[in-house]
Amino acid sequence: MKVKQALEQKPLNNKRKLNLNVQSYTLIIALIAIALIFSFLTNGEFLSPRNLSNLFNQMAVISVLSIGMTLIIVAGHIDLSVGSLAGLTGGIAAILQVWHGWGTIPVILIALLTGALLGLWQGWWVAYRMVPAFIVTLGGQLIFRGILIGISQGRTIAPLEPSFRFIANSYLPFSLGYLLACLGILIMFVVTWRSRVRRNSLNLQLHSPFVDYGKIALYAVFTLFITFMLNLYYGVPLPMLIVVLLGTFFIFIANQTAFGRYIYAIGGNKEAAALSGINMKRNTLSVFVVMGTLAGLAGVMLTSRLNAATVSAGDMYELDAIAACVIGGASLTGGKGKIVGAIIGALIMASIDNGMSMMNLQTFWQYIVKGLILIVAVWIDIANKHKA
Amino acid sequence: MSEFALQMKEITKEFPGVKALDRVSFSVKKGEIHALCGENGAGKSTLMKILSGVYPSGSFTGEIIINGQVVDFKDIKASQEAGVAIIYQELALVPEMTVAENIFLSSDLMRKPVIDWAILYAKAKYWLDQIGLAIDPQMRLGDLTVGKQQLIEIAKALTKKADLLILDEPTAALTESDVEVLIRLLKELKHKGVTCIYISHKLGEVMELADTVTVLRDGQTVSTDPINQLTERKIVTKMVGRELTDFFPYQKHAIGAEVMRVEHYHFRHISGEMLVKQASFTLNKGEILGVAGLMGSGRTELFTSLFGGYPGMASGRVIIDGCELKIKGPAEAIAAGLAYLSEDRKKYGLILNMEISKNATLAALNKVMSGGLIDRALELQKAETLTNKMKLKAHNLEAHVGQLSGGNQQKVVLSKWLFTEPKILILDEPTRGIDVGAKYEIYKIINELASQGVAIVIISSELPEVLGMSDRILVMSEREVTGHLLRSEASQEKIMQYATARRR
Repeated sequence: MKVKQALEQKPLNNKRKLNLNVQSYTLIIALIAIALIFSFLTNGEFLSPRNLSNLFNQMAVISVLSIGMTLIIVAGHIDLSVGSLAGLTGGIAAILQVWHGWGTIPVILIALLTGALLGLWQGWWVAYRMVPAFIVTLGGQLIFRGILIGISQGRTIAPLEPSFRFIANSYLPFSLGYLLACLGILIMFVVTWRSRVRRNSLNLQLHSPFVDYGKIALYAVFTLFITFMLNLYYGVPLPMLIVVLLGTFFIFIANQTAFGRYIYAIGGNKEAAALSGINMKRNTLSVFVVMGTLAGLAGVMLTSRLNAATVSAGDMYELDAIAACVIGGASLTGGKGKIVGAIIGALIMASIDNGMSMMNLQTFWQYIVKGLILIVAVWIDIANKHKA
Repeated sequence: MSEFALQMKEITKEFPGVKALDRVSFSVKKGEIHALCGENGAGKSTLMKILSGVYPSGSFTGEIIINGQVVDFKDIKASQEAGVAIIYQELALVPEMTVAENIFLSSDLMRKPVIDWAILYAKAKYWLDQIGLAIDPQMRLGDLTVGKQQLIEIAKALTKKADLLILDEPTAALTESDVEVLIRLLKELKHKGVTCIYISHKLGEVMELADTVTVLRDGQTVSTDPINQLTERKIVTKMVGRELTDFFPYQKHAIGAEVMRVEHYHFRHISGEMLVKQASFTLNKGEILGVAGLMGSGRTELFTSLFGGYPGMASGRVIIDGCELKIKGPAEAIAAGLAYLSEDRKKYGLILNMEISKNATLAALNKVMSGGLIDRALELQKAETLTNKMKLKAHNLEAHVGQLSGGNQQKVVLSKWLFTEPKILILDEPTRGIDVGAKYEIYKIINELASQGVAIVIISSELPEVLGMSDRILVMSEREVTGHLLRSEASQEKIMQYATARRR
């Protein structure tokens, strides 16, 4: 009753229009369609707890890369080196641990630091030497792969210590899984509530509470359902938790910080951004450092999952990451893209790999289908734009 | 056969909401050099685009007669086949190709499955001789000066048997010696029977070169006279002789202390080009300084470089609020209290696929941040306050700015700069391409800001706007400040005299 009264006191134009974001809905519809098709073709096996768990494990590395790649693409650049960089950092971690006996924590830190430094190096070429990112990172792709082959002497490095394997091969206890899910839901609720109170106090437009809280309710049901399904198997995989935490953190960076705002501005219109006093060079450099660090983390997760570092680790991952971003709505001309979209894009790509291998189709089909989906996804985006 | 190479009769061309040409008639005799003069926006370019088929037949009304025959150009190619060649200010050449390749770029010689290079170079040499240019046809075009490149364009036109040559502002980017070469060549071509339409703001050249002058104003033909009945002064009067019909809400306002002083300012772009050669001026609190000058006079370059918008080397002194500053980039300029609304809002002012509110706060994002984070609600509220003041017509500040009309987009850019609370607001063509209502609102805002003590610079191609809004007027020509006028002494004729002043 109280809510209703408050609503009625507001002037009419204070209702926010429900912003129907076509792209995000097409994505979710596509994801549901893919899930349904595969579960039909695999007699429900695709949506089994065991397979869902596998799926989330498989998508983790690409998801981490695609989070950074979204920022890179939004800033109007591209990074073709992330696969090699993940391979290299994962290789360095394995060498230090297996050959030199380093502990897990210092090894992880060195991998992240290496990623950050090599990202800095590439960013310097792009931002301060004006070499196109495509070229710099294509060079980086070759260089990093070359270094990896050199330092590993072409050998596979294994096995790693249990504590290192833990990163990508462990599951949260059931109770902790539920606890974190509930905590996440609570945080979503509090954030929405506070934003509504604040908007209200500044006399700004508000969605109807049914829309805002309805969304939260939907997310809550979905989160609990996924947690429940995963707890029917071993529980929530740790890599999935890493992706969720990183995703949340970088969505926050993209939306709430000056750095995030500036990279959207730079990618949207370089000239206008520069004339608005935005430091182009420093922000561009920072994006590449972030990407490098995330590639370092992806390398650690990859080595941990495989329990080995190989010379071909991460090969072609940059293309999967770029495809995930593009399927998720990022525009290669810059200025447009969402981290949530990229993660859903990564999930779509992983679903296709996973579903098709469950159907015992030969791997070559995966390449063909993924390629087609990429083209169609961009076409849908362009067709929507022309309509608007 | 008719004595006219070209007759355009009763040409009318309308764009949505604007009549660009209104029953324009324009006749050019065979073998003459005919100058076409007029202010920016008088309709010269539109007329030439109709002649060259950029605007195809059917998109305008009226008749074009070439050598006594009515023609009907569906595209640029059709006009080329009829012997019309147009050379724009921006050259249509490929810098990475050789001179010979450029001359024959669109000819059959380059379209063969196998190109006979020997013949190509020999023919190129022949045409280079025709235009009196002694260079190797195998040279890379980009290594030539702009003036020589212009001559190559002419050679290219001649190879297509063009007998009606149109030059649009050919000397805007040329050095003095290149201008002389060009003038000599045009005179020679005249003797060979080529008819030439010469569009230029530089009346000195017009007086030297033309046989006949047609003046356009506001999309109408004012007059066509033989050169011996004209003087520079008479042409200027014909170009600007229009009543101030637009309404400018100028109010007398108190002018305060000096806020900016620029002395002997020069600016060389990193590419080596001198963008500003000599500029000195002062600006006071609460003053509106108009800046007039023709296209390419250096108006935009002076203020963009002062704002730190170009890479390059500045010399001279820039003093703001008593402190001498060396501004290296827009961030420093904004910190010093400058704001610069650029002439091309889509290219330099807005992030089109970003929300209105985010565009509005972009240059002063720190004002909506608390604890290192953007306060989205505060941002929306600030944006709403700003845009309400300008009567921005948008129902949702979370919509993309690209969806707005030109006038509303301009209000968003203006909001962005006002949010930085500038001491000096530079407005480059603030009302270009926007409707009368939005124009009037922008003028009112300018007045209000001036009365609050903001120093304002209005750069404009529209003389009535400069005259109507300014307390004082600065006139530029050829990248130098050539005149200072007080509101009381300024007139369109005086401004045009300074603006067309010849190089000293």
